[in-house]
Amino acid sequence: MELELTDDQRLFHETSRKFLDVNMATTAVRALAANPDGFDRDWWRSGAGLGWTSLLVDESHGGGAISGTGLADLAIVAEELGRHVGPGPLLAVNVVANAVSRLGSAAQQAAVLPGLLDGSQMATWCLRDAGGKWTRHSASTATAPTGPRRPEAQSNEPAAVASARGVGFEINAKKVMVEAAAQADWLLVTAATTAGPTQFLLPSTTPGIKITPSTSVDLVRRYATVRFNGVQVGLDAVLGTVGHAAQNIERQLQVALVLQCAEMTGAAGKVFEFTCEYATDRYSFGRPLASYQALKHRFADMKTWLEASYATTLAAAAAVHAQGPDAPRLASVAKAYVADRTPEIIHDCIQMHGGIGVTWEHDLHLYLRRVTLLRAMYGTPDEHRERIATIVIEREDAVNGNR
Amino acid sequence: METVDEFRTRARTWLESGGLPRLPEGERWDPLADDDDHASRARELQKMIWDGGFAGICYPTEYGGLGLTVEHQRAFDAETCEIHEMPFIFSTPTHSICGPTLLDCATETQKQRHIPPMLRGEELWVQFMSEPSGGSDMAGALTTATRDGEVFLLNGSKVWSTYAYRADYAICLARTDWSRPKHRGLSMFIVPIHDPRTTIVQIEMIDGNKEFCQEYFDDVEIPLGNVVGEVNDGWTVASRLLFHEKTTVGRVSPYVSVPYRDATDTSMAGFVALARAGGRIDDPDARRKIGQIEMLLTVQAHLTGRIGSGLKTKYFPDQAGAIARLFSGTTYVERANIGLDLAGPDAVVWEGDDDRQNVSMAYLLRQARCIGGGTIEMARNVVSERILGMPREYAADKDVAFGDVKRGR
Ligand SMILES: Cc1cc2nc3c(=O)[nH]c(=O)nc-3n(C[C@H](O)[C@H](O)[C@H](O)COP(=O)(O)OP(=O)(O)OC[C@H]3O[C@@H](n4cnc5c(N)ncnc54)[C@H](O)[C@@H]3O)c2cc1C
Repeated sequence: MELELTDDQRLFHETSRKFLDVNMATTAVRALAANPDGFDRDWWRSGAGLGWTSLLVDESHGGGAISGTGLADLAIVAEELGRHVGPGPLLAVNVVANAVSRLGSAAQQAAVLPGLLDGSQMATWCLRDAGGKWTRHSASTATAPTGPRRPEAQSNEPAAVASARGVGFEINAKKVMVEAAAQADWLLVTAATTAGPTQFLLPSTTPGIKITPSTSVDLVRRYATVRFNGVQVGLDAVLGTVGHAAQNIERQLQVALVLQCAEMTGAAGKVFEFTCEYATDRYSFGRPLASYQALKHRFADMKTWLEASYATTLAAAAAVHAQGPDAPRLASVAKAYVADRTPEIIHDCIQMHGGIGVTWEHDLHLYLRRVTLLRAMYGTPDEHRERIATIVIEREDAVNGNR
Repeated sequence: METVDEFRTRARTWLESGGLPRLPEGERWDPLADDDDHASRARELQKMIWDGGFAGICYPTEYGGLGLTVEHQRAFDAETCEIHEMPFIFSTPTHSICGPTLLDCATETQKQRHIPPMLRGEELWVQFMSEPSGGSDMAGALTTATRDGEVFLLNGSKVWSTYAYRADYAICLARTDWSRPKHRGLSMFIVPIHDPRTTIVQIEMIDGNKEFCQEYFDDVEIPLGNVVGEVNDGWTVASRLLFHEKTTVGRVSPYVSVPYRDATDTSMAGFVALARAGGRIDDPDARRKIGQIEMLLTVQAHLTGRIGSGLKTKYFPDQAGAIARLFSGTTYVERANIGLDLAGPDAVVWEGDDDRQNVSMAYLLRQARCIGGGTIEMARNVVSERILGMPREYAADKDVAFGDVKRGR
């Protein structure tokens, strides 16, 4: 994806690629479809050993990036995972690991990070409320607490409620589409309090938590609904500050978006490559498919969309890493574009294959399933277009002194 | 080398002291202005840039340039485009296509003779490539240059040459040997435009502007010293020209001035204003369209950045400019469509002077952005054949004396 990797990044990329080449051929992915976890825990531990969970964790906590931009390093892994349609909670674990590294108390860091770093434990982020939205529309502004609220009235606020109980909180929530929730040891849950949005980090075994696996279009990515029924937590479960989680939620969202974009681009890039080969090798009317201009022009369009996907994903990774004022816009631009184009690339590649393209036997659908899943998770292209529009309209009004 | 920050500071200081006139409040440069004043104004503005020490940012110092990088050029763009009056008609094709082609292929004498005047605003150049018989098949040129003693005599016709009637020189592709196969019988010439034996006719475009021209040559004398590259090796020069054309149209070229996009960019203001004027600023469908345009323009900037640096490091082959060219064409189409949608019926029927008529004009001329600078179909050919390595199309004119090749009517 990168035009030029540093030597260290190249080595890192090679190592991850070879690791996946050896143990994550699509036959292995298909075999894992029957596995309730969707992946093998020893395999994940080996991935963690390569550094897959440490890139967004500060060195002082045992992590460390390869280059100056940990998120760009991690995007290399996400892209490679996409190229192999590999399983594993890469996004979920890294989002939580990053949040705990940045915001956690010493006790939280000591409890959670070592297990995530060595791959012996998993964590995930419970963001989406049943019936809610992925994105807060104005990413830059935190909503101040306004007293008791009716959660469903404001769809961009967590509907999950944490009410003060003694010196702690009681959490009542129904979180849906939580990646690897049934596999996770730790849950990061986003909820509303009277003081504003707040995040809690708790063991998945905490009494009152009920995890119900869902079914996803992907063969190996697992999701679940997580119910919090009167879950009692102390103040030590709060990650960051009570009522001030808005900026952190936004940042976690941005990290998730960048990783998704890298994974989708990797998946579409791989499909594009083998489809180009197929079109060269397959003959029709005595000449290769790739010699027909009607098809060549579609390949040219796909190549253009693919290069644009790489370009915008890298720009988003850099912006999210730097956390400048442009990060929300660039993360949404990348998601809207990549999630719009990559499924189209794969559908077009299916078309180029003809009948074999729509069979279970051919691997094409594995990639299509993955991008179809990621397209919707953390916001569809339309949802992000609307978020971009909100940012643009605010920007233009500020420049022109409108309103 | 002067750092980008130092350079930007120098440019700001110069601009603040009145180096270039500011555009009046709320007014933007009109790309379609076609009056003669516009051309002479452009010459004055380019001279001001030269005098200020900012001309030819990426041109070598030995030809009057600054020898700096594309980052310096973009920094200058950010300080000037859309804020100050700018001589955009010098940017393309004089500075971004003709000049760089001379840098690549011309003799030292030719470069010394023409590049500094280009940078001083004294020589406005155009391209004489397309002909009435075809523009995509540029190597199929019929215009002929015949050696006659110490000169070549030019005969034939070129067309769609933008701004030619008010320019000074053209870079012109002509056939010098009909007995050779088409790519091997061409030569590239430096042609002074205003000549008693050249007739120039302006052609009106869909929106009424007359920037298009057609030229008719009747034994126009071209000195031998005006051949760029070798006689009959004009296709080598044309290939460099096409490279610079693709990177210009795709906005990748280091020599082109492009309005720079950042957080304070105002080019989205028009779309927001259209939605608001139509009472649709809170309509989710209108908002998605605004988001779509912002998305595409942002991705376009990322893509051109990627292609530009990849060309520099040779990660991409030279032909990769076609990727950016294709993206810019299709993006413009969406942009024009969405503008028209947001403007609603006011874009097609209006009273008095209404800004929204610009939206319908942009829409009517939409395909020009997919044709000029090489069509997007030709760009798709280049991407599939030259970048993806897919089989080339059958060509009936391969390895045949050009004089024997079939032609349309
Ligand atoms: C705004 C504008 C400015 C221009 N400025 C200049 C200028 O300054 N100087 C200059 O020399 N020219 C200029 N042109 C001309 C331009 O380069 C040509 O119009 C263009 O190259 C197409 O050539 P043509 O018009 O002859 O169309 P044709 O080549 O006849 O093409 C007609 C259609 O057929 C398609 N086509 C042709 N061949 C193929 C093929 N092999 N495979 C697939 N599709 C094909 C084309 O894409 C197009 O859609 C300008 C054009 C525009 C619109």
